[in-house]
Amino acid sequence: MINSSTPAIKFDKVSRHFGEVKAVDQADLEIRDGEFFSMLGPSGSGKTTCLRMIAGFDRPTAGQIYLYGQDVSDLPPYERDVNTVFQDYALFPHMNVGDNIAYGLMIRKVPKHERMKRVEEMLELVKLPGYAGRKPSQLSGGQRQRVALARALINHPKVLLLDEPLGALDLKLRQQMQVELKSIQQRVGITFIFVTHDQEEALTMSDRIALFNQGRIEQIGSPAEIYEHPATSFVAGFVGTSNLVSGEVAKRITGSDITFSIRPEKIHLGGVNDQASADSYVADGNVRDVVYLGLYTRYLVELDGGGDLVVVEQNLKTTSMDVLKIKGQRVRLHWKKEHIRQVGS
Amino acid sequence: MVQRISTYLYQRPRLVLGLLLGPPMLYMLVVYLGSLFNLLIYSFYYLEEFTGLIVKEFTLSTYAQIFEPANRDIFVRTAGMAAAVTLADALIAFPLAYYTAKFASPRLKTWLVIAITIPLWSSYLVRIYAWKLILAQEGILSWFINLLHLDGVLQWLLSFESIGGSSLALSPIGLFIVFVYIWLPYMILPIQTSLERVPKSLLEASSDLGARPLQTFRTVILPLAFPGVVAGSIFTFSLTLGDFIAPIALGNSKFFIGMAVYSYQGTAGNIPLAAAMTMGPIVIMIVYLLIARRLGAFDAL
Repeated sequence: MINSSTPAIKFDKVSRHFGEVKAVDQADLEIRDGEFFSMLGPSGSGKTTCLRMIAGFDRPTAGQIYLYGQDVSDLPPYERDVNTVFQDYALFPHMNVGDNIAYGLMIRKVPKHERMKRVEEMLELVKLPGYAGRKPSQLSGGQRQRVALARALINHPKVLLLDEPLGALDLKLRQQMQVELKSIQQRVGITFIFVTHDQEEALTMSDRIALFNQGRIEQIGSPAEIYEHPATSFVAGFVGTSNLVSGEVAKRITGSDITFSIRPEKIHLGGVNDQASADSYVADGNVRDVVYLGLYTRYLVELDGGGDLVVVEQNLKTTSMDVLKIKGQRVRLHWKKEHIRQVGS
Repeated sequence: MVQRISTYLYQRPRLVLGLLLGPPMLYMLVVYLGSLFNLLIYSFYYLEEFTGLIVKEFTLSTYAQIFEPANRDIFVRTAGMAAAVTLADALIAFPLAYYTAKFASPRLKTWLVIAITIPLWSSYLVRIYAWKLILAQEGILSWFINLLHLDGVLQWLLSFESIGGSSLALSPIGLFIVFVYIWLPYMILPIQTSLERVPKSLLEASSDLGARPLQTFRTVILPLAFPGVVAGSIFTFSLTLGDFIAPIALGNSKFFIGMAVYSYQGTAGNIPLAAAMTMGPIVIMIVYLLIARRLGAFDAL
């Protein structure tokens, strides 16, 4: 029955209502076998509820969830072949690292020598060899994170669920773990479902992303699709930064009555006498604010006749002294027509 | 003036600490530990049997009396009762504490905690005598047992010489029931506290990793709540060990440690023996507390 075309997870009109609150509403979703799938969205958007329903901690009030073709909607967590890495890691404080990792095997009555062998393999995989005897309280946040990952992966689940696992780590460690998680996923070949509210994290690691907003899925697609072709204004605003232009301002620039989004890095900031090519849109204005960010500089430009645009330019040849002088000056903005995305309001 | 005093005190935190801690420490040292020390001294004196006077000379003969069969029985009986009461309280308290800590809504939890602690608001003596009526031959409990046609079972239980008697009120079984009731809140509350500190994600993690509810209970909940159980047992065990009113009002008037101490220091006037017998529970509890500390019970209080 199971072949590569059977989706790892399939949501069929899944809803989870808490009284009046629609945490998840009529969600349809297919997650492919072996992919790194992210559920991205602001807090309260329903992504964690979806994850908890896949794990079995929560049940849908309507609709079905399939795990490799099997309806698991009403199965308790201990009868599902999925494992979870919790946001707070949820390591058992009364057991050492080895016993924590071996917990699933112990429950399944795997003999002790076999357990110890596989724990060592797992500790090797997450780069914590020799840590089996430590207590969770003796570990740093990043190390606990790895133990939680090992504890879930040792059971060879069909699907691994990760609930904002990097949220508590500092930036450096988080970026390092992102790379490591991705490489571990490629090595073990298990479907990863990753919940996060950090769009950069989702873009870095995922094969595909589902964007959640207010209990609904706004768009599913690869990072490039989501970034370059946002389906709705919410997606355009949530993933990366976007200038959303509508109404009078949009009409003045494009000549037609549309709403569009334009990425700040696509806009070119030039002098008032710049001659833009015919395939570009043009807008003049004053630089109201300049924020120097090292790698790049962010400008806030107040357009003539109303409206603001954020522009980002890399500091390839400029220093902070150069860019800060631009504040208050008149500029001409222009960008290629093909770079705007018309979005549904 | 007030400002000057404030400033003066603010710059001398040690003095403030001394002023705050001084009176209670003084009370603790003089009244509490002082009287215990006095008791310790007296336990090394002895009663001149012929004159009935206390001879203030160091001797271990009073302690030797404790090991006479009659007194030894008192210790075994009391410790046995304390152990049985502790075990029964732990078994009854755990499900209640678990429900209160993990499932009850905040509103229901408030009511449950009130319900658990409300008996503590009424006098201990009143409750003992209320139970005397409940357990009496013609009391409500016997009536209820008759209603269930279980009077045969009751008679059978009461026929055992060691735990029975002419009625529930006059048997060790009745005394046991009352002890279990009276000390139950002291077991529930620490267990509840320790369970509340177990994050729900740990229980989810356990079931996520394949453990059925019973396995989760055995491998995660029980080990993490165990310090709470030990903390509760400190209360139930020591309170039963030292109690003398319930055994006087109920039971078959066989001596418990507290009763023995009460009668030795009162009518018998044998204060050295009473003091020596008091040292028994103190030693038992010190050993118990040392074990409890190793089990992490004090983290749960």
